[in-house]
Amino acid sequence: MLEPLKQARREALRIGPENLKDLAQGAAFLGTGGGGDPYIGRLIAENAVREFGMPEVVSVDELDDEAMVFTAAMVGAPTVMVEKCASGDDIDLCIERLSEILGRRPDAITPAEIGGGNSMLPIVAAARLGLPLVNCDGMGRAFPEIQMVTFSIYGVSATPAVIVNEHLETVVVETDDPKRAENLIRAAAIQMGLSVMFSGYAMSGRQIKAAGVRDTLSAALDIGQIIRSGQTQGDPVEALLEYLRTTEYYRHCKTLIDGKVVDLSRKTEGGWAVGHCEIRSIADPDDSLTINFRNECLAARQNGRLLVLVPDLLCIVDSETAQPITVETLRYGQRVKAIGVSAPPLLRAPEALAVVGPEQFGIDEPFQPIEEIHDDI
Amino acid sequence: MRIGVDVGGTNTDAVLMDGRLVKASHKSPTSPDISGGIVDAIGKVLEASGTAPEAIKAVMIGTTQFTNAFVERRGLLPVGVLRLALPAARGVLPMTDWPADLAEVVGGHVHMVKGGYEFDARPISPLDERAVARAAREFRRRGVRAVAVCGVFSPIKADMEERAAEIAQEEMPEVSVTLSSRIGRLGLIERENAAIMNAALMDLSARVISSFRVALSELRVAAPFYISQNDGTLMTAEFAEKYPVLTFASGPTNSMRGAAYLSGMADALVADIGGTTTDIGMLVKGFPRESAVTVDIGGVRTNFRMPDIVSIGLGGGSLVASQPVRVGPQSVGARLTTTALAFGGDTLTATDIAVAAGFADLGERRGVAQLPESLVGSAVGQIHSMIEEGIDRIKTNAGPAPLILVGGGTILVNRRLAGVSEGLVPERAGVANAIGASIAQVGGEIDKVYSYEKLSRKKAIDAAERRAVRMAVEAGAKEDTVEIVDFDEVPLSYVPGNTVRLRVKAAGELAEC
Repeated sequence: MLEPLKQARREALRIGPENLKDLAQGAAFLGTGGGGDPYIGRLIAENAVREFGMPEVVSVDELDDEAMVFTAAMVGAPTVMVEKCASGDDIDLCIERLSEILGRRPDAITPAEIGGGNSMLPIVAAARLGLPLVNCDGMGRAFPEIQMVTFSIYGVSATPAVIVNEHLETVVVETDDPKRAENLIRAAAIQMGLSVMFSGYAMSGRQIKAAGVRDTLSAALDIGQIIRSGQTQGDPVEALLEYLRTTEYYRHCKTLIDGKVVDLSRKTEGGWAVGHCEIRSIADPDDSLTINFRNECLAARQNGRLLVLVPDLLCIVDSETAQPITVETLRYGQRVKAIGVSAPPLLRAPEALAVVGPEQFGIDEPFQPIEEIHDDI
Repeated sequence: MRIGVDVGGTNTDAVLMDGRLVKASHKSPTSPDISGGIVDAIGKVLEASGTAPEAIKAVMIGTTQFTNAFVERRGLLPVGVLRLALPAARGVLPMTDWPADLAEVVGGHVHMVKGGYEFDARPISPLDERAVARAAREFRRRGVRAVAVCGVFSPIKADMEERAAEIAQEEMPEVSVTLSSRIGRLGLIERENAAIMNAALMDLSARVISSFRVALSELRVAAPFYISQNDGTLMTAEFAEKYPVLTFASGPTNSMRGAAYLSGMADALVADIGGTTTDIGMLVKGFPRESAVTVDIGGVRTNFRMPDIVSIGLGGGSLVASQPVRVGPQSVGARLTTTALAFGGDTLTATDIAVAAGFADLGERRGVAQLPESLVGSAVGQIHSMIEEGIDRIKTNAGPAPLILVGGGTILVNRRLAGVSEGLVPERAGVANAIGASIAQVGGEIDKVYSYEKLSRKKAIDAAERRAVRMAVEAGAKEDTVEIVDFDEVPLSYVPGNTVRLRVKAAGELAEC
């Protein structure tokens, strides 16, 4: 009975050249100001899809409990990635080496981070290897470090993990501690040229059903489509919020302010882009919102009162076009809207907050869900 | 004495400058062969001022010919693309994101070879010189006459690009080779795109530059001539012939530089109000502030040095609707003097509003006498608030700044504008473009990555500044006039060693005049 339905859904969702732009746009929104520009990633995906065909997308439920799923991602510095792009066989080798170590090939590839550039790499891997892509990820947004995924929060081991550079030099990392995995991989990536392919978090179908943030690939695609169609039909920001309200995780959402960037400070601390920006309301010049960021936007406060706090999503978009704006491209004078969005429940549980909660980003305040802060959501 | 020329799509303007003094100016229609319009415009200013051609020490020309060619896809060559990157960067083929029609005209000849650098200038691989030679022979066999060479991290180290160009030139001596490191910044795809676009313009640039030469020799002007580039500095005609893409944004740059010159202000807002649009930009130390975002030209993504401009749909020819009152963005454009009410036509334009409000004495007041006061009042209000909004978007801080108005539509503004400390319309505001070209300086720019762990911040900045100054002097600037006009320090996230990217621009006066 279920088989024809599954077939129909598969046909309904395929990632191809025509919807990669929408996906990149939606991924940029879910990047909450960070996650890297998906532009280069989109071009790599476009090349891979043209050469190897469009990967089919499967839902988490369609996976067999015993199926084997790998993640695929890029690790390094955004500035280097825009020069070195990726190669293709580095991705193949990454998956191949992990398969050798585990004695088993993957049945599907899943994104680990749907926000920003890493939404694209799994498409490349799936297309090249002819594997299905799982409609799922480990964040439902973007975070800066490898261990900040639901997979590791809910018991999937980050390692063995393999990283490969363009010379097909390979480093295998094995450790019990996902934060150590992050540190070791970062250290190796520097020697390897700061733009490497990563595969790890090998997990079973059963594990991903428990630990994955579901349907985020299609959500990113929808968000991109809604923004694009909204731009021709009037109010893209309103259209976007209306759409988010229909989703399972992102349904508590609201425009926090419609204003202009009047203050901006950015610096690097330990490899992170750290700073804050102030957005002054257009309607009421006495009303302003301050956003703190560390690669991604973390917290919004209005006259000292907290409005959104990580891991809930805080996204800055162009007031008129709803084009997502990254922290790197923020500028004084931009007309923007700040949007707060509820994070998937898997990120809000106590064990998740211990890894991706405010404290992990140096904010000394307990997490409060956006819908509890605001009466009108 | 020197001459500034602006070769636009519609008009060719010329100004004759004696030191800081504008001796004469003239507007002529741009001729299809380009040189005719230049001969006419320069001829008129020489004649009007009684100046002999021998007295001219330099000619500076600003032109939008190359931008238009790309936007209209005309006069473009097929290009051989040589990427020095393997084994990196195979994941994105050159020209992946180009519009199909443009890719068809320019593309199809791509070779990737071993080479390129890491972020810290270690080689990714040694340059595969044999593969470069093979690629060049293949290009020659296919009849390709223009080659673009782009290596990974070439802005940090350009040696491999230079060596590859040498090899290509040995195999095909008649070919023109564009090196990406000479024209673009970090960002492989954008820089490669720029190099390909430049190579595609090689034929046209030879034609256009030679038509400039023909015009000047016809006028018996023997002085050297220069072409103005995106950032408001000059390049020699020989250099412009090799790097025509560097002129892509020279239009708005020249009008802003002209505004700085005419007003005597170095830090100010500039609004260039034309017939259809108003371009608003910000002068910092006499130069337009540059845009931080990527710019698409003819649908191709680039990362050129472009001025940061807010363009709004407001000009002297903007249509004004009465119910509700709405100004622009549609415009009667060049038909203003036949269709506007004040000129006996039947179309209500922004110029008519200015005439009715008593801001300007143009055409016939009779034509606008019937306009209701409330309509005129609210249209005037809207015109001012449109400009105020544009000003607000371009400003970098909240404090008020002076505003210089140039272009043919300056009569639209007559009131104090919010966020503006003082507004002024300099004399000869209509030929600000040609004046901007005539006063352009010679510059040098570097864009390099430094590790403050290896070199102290101060030493790194000193080294970068010295190099930019040297480049400006090599380009023809008088050493004692060279100043650092732009400085940008960007920390690189995730890169170890306290690594920053420094961008420094120096500029000085042309040595000859």
